[in-house]
Amino acid sequence: MNSSQLMALMPILTLSLTAIVLMIQASIKRDQTVAWWITAAGFLLSIWAAGYARQFNQSVTVLLEVDDWGLFFSSLILFASLVSLILCRESFSREGERKEEYYLLLVLSVLGAVVLVQSSHMVSLLLGMELMGVALYGMIAFPERGELPLEAAIKYLVLSACASAMLLFGFALVYAATGDLTYAGIGAAAGTAYAQEPLVLMAGSAMILAGLGFKLSVVPFHMWTPDVYQGAPTPVTVFLATVSKGAVFVALSRFYLAAELYQYSTLILALSLVAVTSMLFGNWLALQQDNIKRLLAYSSIAHFGYLLLALIAMSYAQTMTEAQLIGEAVTFYLTAYILTTLAAFAVVTHLSGEDEKSLSINAFDGLFWRQPLQACGMSVALLSFAGIPLTAGFIGKFYLINVAIQSQLWALMAALVVGSAIGIYYYLRFIFAMSKTSAMTANDSSPSIIGAQDVLTLLLLVLVIMLGSWPQPFIDFAGRL
Amino acid sequence: MVMVNLIVILLIGGLLAMLSERLGENVPRGIALTVILVDIAYLLSELTGLSAITQLQAPLPSDPSTWLMHFQAQWIPSFGISIELALDGISLLMVLLTLVLGAIAVSASWTDVMTQRGFFEANLLWTLAGVLGVFMALDLFLFFLFWEVMLIPMYFMIAIWGHENRGYAAMKFFIFTQASGLLMLVATLALVKVNHSATGDWSFSYFDLLGTPMVEQTAYWLMLGFFIAFVVKLPAFPFHTWLPDAHTQAPTAGSVILAGILLKTGAYGLIRFAVPLFPEAAMDFSLTAMTLGVAGIIYGAVLAFAQTDFKRLVAYSSVSHMGFVILGVYAWNELALQGAVMQMVAHGFSTAALFMIAGALQERLHTRDMREMGGLWQQMPRMGAVTMFFVVASLGLPGLGNFVAEFLVLLGLFQVNPWITVLAALGLIVGAIYSLILIQRSFQGEFNTSLKSHSLTDFASREMLTMAVMMVSLIVLGLYPQPVLDIAQPVLNSLLELTSAEIMP
Repeated sequence: MNSSQLMALMPILTLSLTAIVLMIQASIKRDQTVAWWITAAGFLLSIWAAGYARQFNQSVTVLLEVDDWGLFFSSLILFASLVSLILCRESFSREGERKEEYYLLLVLSVLGAVVLVQSSHMVSLLLGMELMGVALYGMIAFPERGELPLEAAIKYLVLSACASAMLLFGFALVYAATGDLTYAGIGAAAGTAYAQEPLVLMAGSAMILAGLGFKLSVVPFHMWTPDVYQGAPTPVTVFLATVSKGAVFVALSRFYLAAELYQYSTLILALSLVAVTSMLFGNWLALQQDNIKRLLAYSSIAHFGYLLLALIAMSYAQTMTEAQLIGEAVTFYLTAYILTTLAAFAVVTHLSGEDEKSLSINAFDGLFWRQPLQACGMSVALLSFAGIPLTAGFIGKFYLINVAIQSQLWALMAALVVGSAIGIYYYLRFIFAMSKTSAMTANDSSPSIIGAQDVLTLLLLVLVIMLGSWPQPFIDFAGRL
Repeated sequence: MVMVNLIVILLIGGLLAMLSERLGENVPRGIALTVILVDIAYLLSELTGLSAITQLQAPLPSDPSTWLMHFQAQWIPSFGISIELALDGISLLMVLLTLVLGAIAVSASWTDVMTQRGFFEANLLWTLAGVLGVFMALDLFLFFLFWEVMLIPMYFMIAIWGHENRGYAAMKFFIFTQASGLLMLVATLALVKVNHSATGDWSFSYFDLLGTPMVEQTAYWLMLGFFIAFVVKLPAFPFHTWLPDAHTQAPTAGSVILAGILLKTGAYGLIRFAVPLFPEAAMDFSLTAMTLGVAGIIYGAVLAFAQTDFKRLVAYSSVSHMGFVILGVYAWNELALQGAVMQMVAHGFSTAALFMIAGALQERLHTRDMREMGGLWQQMPRMGAVTMFFVVASLGLPGLGNFVAEFLVLLGLFQVNPWITVLAALGLIVGAIYSLILIQRSFQGEFNTSLKSHSLTDFASREMLTMAVMMVSLIVLGLYPQPVLDIAQPVLNSLLELTSAEIMP
């Protein structure tokens, strides 16, 4: 390993360093504020490192592939973690609990996510996913109150363990068929393996996809999502919805593309079914929700259904430009999804803290008149989820429809259109609640001090609108990844 | 730049109106009215510099420079999306109608809206800005953007200031238009893709997409995508169910905007996009479309007849009147198209006025139920006379704008399909019935003494002035429609040439 390889690993190294510093700090003097600042500094440093490492793009050992795409998503993940961290400060500081370990878990989980997006080998995939997941169990159960977090953590733990077991068995089968554990190696050997032992390879890949599908919570692996979203402390839910899901999707795309899984019609059929059911069920079940966290959970199921469409389209891409469009679509949609989710949860955290009652739709009544900025943030986020023009979500959807037309995936597109139409209803319900004038009360006008929280909401709001109304710079950027 | 300025003035005006609320209760309305009037003045002053409108050169659909105004700026070059706005005779008519009715809507909100006035006027101005964008955008992406975005302020107008069942109505309105809009988006993208595979370039420009060669089957499906989006907005039977709810529940100004302007975006879309982009498919489809139009005329009229709610009756009458627009468009000859354009303008005024009257009645009586009205003429003679005027206008009395419109449509349609013309003319009879019922139940007959307790003040000067604007417009349109016909004619001619050239090469 030479120095340029070390440079390429900068983001991972800075994150590890942050974890070590946190541990040392905890042994010297336990202080939540200091731990918070160390974590924040570590994330900022890592974001810088992810930019810096772009000059050193290369494969580092067989385990990690450092490229622009991975580094971009690493920075996005770090940004999302930073937001989650800021939200923690807001909602955790209300209680006098000891939270130093929480920051350690957060850093470790992010480390896992960054490894995950850069993985090019089954081992690093598993390593990243387990590191991220194990730390997450702790984070979900961290609040020392109530049964919900505990229930959520147990649920997530048990199902994650199942998923990991499936993943491992899938690895074993694929290894048995191809004799290789690197993605590229699998892709190279899969052709002959498929000719000899189609069943082993297919069963293995299907199990891997199922294992990853658990983490992405696509139907039929979605059962845990609403409960865990609801039970986990809101900053952790943010982390789960953006960092964890985003990283797993990037890893899935890498594996899927490098191992050329899109050649096999059986897998494509299975993926199509998963995508269609996710879009329809996710949206359908979201209709019934009055709790904003559960609603966002179901809506995220639908959004990953939409995203799968891009991966499926890969099997019909004939030219480089067509594949390029698909790549851009994935990058754009995932970015838009992450930013929008951050914006939505930033508002939710601010409004509710952990009070169960204040997560219901009634708590949003008349928000426009009480806290206009937060209400605007929430509305823009919901409109972006719904795919209304001028928001990031619309350009994302625009890309996906483009991809679907290019590959002539009419059935999937029909599901997307139907799903989106259903989606409008439940997103609008919240906007309607926020605009209720009956809930207007005179003494409720919030203090006019602009806190860090307002700045954060404003920043995310601007990002979502910028990405939607002036997307060209980002499209150029995504095109070069 | 003129066209961009028109939109930007409204957007900034909306912001000002919203922020000005703390200065005083009437300030937002004053600002809104001023902004709209400034917009009209600005447009007219810019027009005088152009060649006389009556001698408009026929704008060639393929050549932007022949249009009255044309503006293009890059936006998302990697997909060939640009900010492309253009103005020709029809757009000009629609833009003027929008601004005038916008001013009228501000006047309608004067006493109707009592809470959050600033935000209300802001939403009103933003809706107008969106509608102007729809009427001027010639980049299909931009068109779609305006098409969708104008719904959001409209949604807020219904959802916040609407009547008792506003949540349901606003939601239904939004979902109907949004879902059908998605179909249009898909169709647009597919059209662009077809053009892309033929030429190798991404482009969303109307000028590039006209005459895209494609398989008959594809053209048919794509045409349907556009058609559905536009007829939902129009609305045509059987996609009209959102309209009675939305119109009834919206505040008066909202109803004025909805009926007067937003419905016209659907009609405009049919004339500008649905037919010219897919002439052959549209002509194959014309019989079905005309059947839907006739069904709308008769069904809307019959349902209007059955209503007891003043606003609902007017709303259903809109469904009926808009049927004539579909007939005019799909007959696709000069007379019928002229009639359709005329109907868009005349119906804008007559319905806006009727909704304002409904609003005024609700303000005074706190009900829209006609069974509780009766004999109001004695108490409010001016209002009664005004209502009478607009009722007979809407039933198509010769000498007023609506008659010219419907007559032209029927005349043009007769050359294409006499049987449908006969059926459509039947709608006029039912129209006369429900219109007369409306005036009879509310203003004529015996005075309902239980209404004594309400303050039955007659129209004041502000309301009379607003009404007078619309009355004069309708009379002018009815007695001397030539200027409007002259403005629309070159555009319609060039569209007709374009499609006939494509159908018979």
